[in-house]
Amino acid sequence: MARAIITVPASVRRGEIIEIKALVAHDMETGFRRTEQGALIPRDIITQFVCTYNGAEVFRAELHPAISANPYFAFAMRAVESGAVVCKWTGDNGYSHSESVAITVA
Amino acid sequence: MSRGCPVSPPRCGVLWRFLVALGLAAAAIAACAEGTPTARHRSGYDAMGRETRAMQDDDAANPGMLWVLDGEALWNSKTGAAGRACFDCHGDARSSMQGVAARYPAFDAARARPVNLEQRINLCRSERQKAPPLAYESKDLLALTAYVGRQSRGLPISIEIDARTRPFLEAGRETFHRRQGQLNLSCAQCHDSYSGKRLAGNVIPQGHPNGYPLYRLEWQGVGSLERRLRNCLAGTRAQTYAYGAPELVDLELYLMWRARGLKMETPAVRP
Repeated sequence: MARAIITVPASVRRGEIIEIKALVAHDMETGFRRTEQGALIPRDIITQFVCTYNGAEVFRAELHPAISANPYFAFAMRAVESGAVVCKWTGDNGYSHSESVAITVA
Repeated sequence: MSRGCPVSPPRCGVLWRFLVALGLAAAAIAACAEGTPTARHRSGYDAMGRETRAMQDDDAANPGMLWVLDGEALWNSKTGAAGRACFDCHGDARSSMQGVAARYPAFDAARARPVNLEQRINLCRSERQKAPPLAYESKDLLALTAYVGRQSRGLPISIEIDARTRPFLEAGRETFHRRQGQLNLSCAQCHDSYSGKRLAGNVIPQGHPNGYPLYRLEWQGVGSLERRLRNCLAGTRAQTYAYGAPELVDLELYLMWRARGLKMETPAVRP
């Protein structure tokens, strides 16, 4: 199951500011929609997105029902050393997904 | 303007303008006979805003790629009583599936009619993998068609019509030009005659299927061409055909033929 796609630049120089892009698969059910019979579809969204770089937090976001399905985030960070960027999504009904991508700094 | 005119415009003014008008009318009539002429093909991409186009262009941001990756996983996983993966017969899809989506719907000899890509995949599943067919619009079928379609991205649509497929093309053409539903509208009225103009604030596209299956912001997910066609039919308050109905597949064939030469964009993003 392709849960998430995290994109980092292929080659990174030490001290360079790079862009990390993170796309996650999630329906982001708002809790305001109704079925054709009129029953309310319960809310089921991602509520938090946190990224760490070699253990240090570099990005954090709170998500609310206004965020559309398959949320996409792009943020900038300074690459200082080789290692891993770990992105974690948590949400309603015990949803949790974590993905790690390696960064190679020249 | 007067260069090349045998008689200078101020003298032959009326005659010159009449001849030009006649020429334009002839060209317009010829153009209408075959829908949109290839030279004036415009993908739905051209009518989109800058941000939506950026979403489609960047594989890191295109939500359709989530389905493509799922499709890749399905391509490589063994399934069915035969315990075969698509990979086992077709190898690496990046080479074996290149150009395939661009020439579907294609004629199937056993069924003596064209089949679309979804049907082709299901035929492979039931006949070769001995697996149950995937439901239309199911996540798995959309993932596989998105993955196969992705291998044709950038390639021109190339539908070949021969004696076997011509009757189905004509049936699709007839459906495209037939008025349907309570609103008594035909596809041609909006997508040939009024493309480029607006309906409820949105630009009417020429209606080319070059990006399917695509991620529609309105759907918040990936959907097939047949889903879009059924939406349109429902919008004109016409009876929608069932998924996989011959009327829809013939119409798909006609739409792909009408769009021949246009580059595939699967998985596209559309509003």
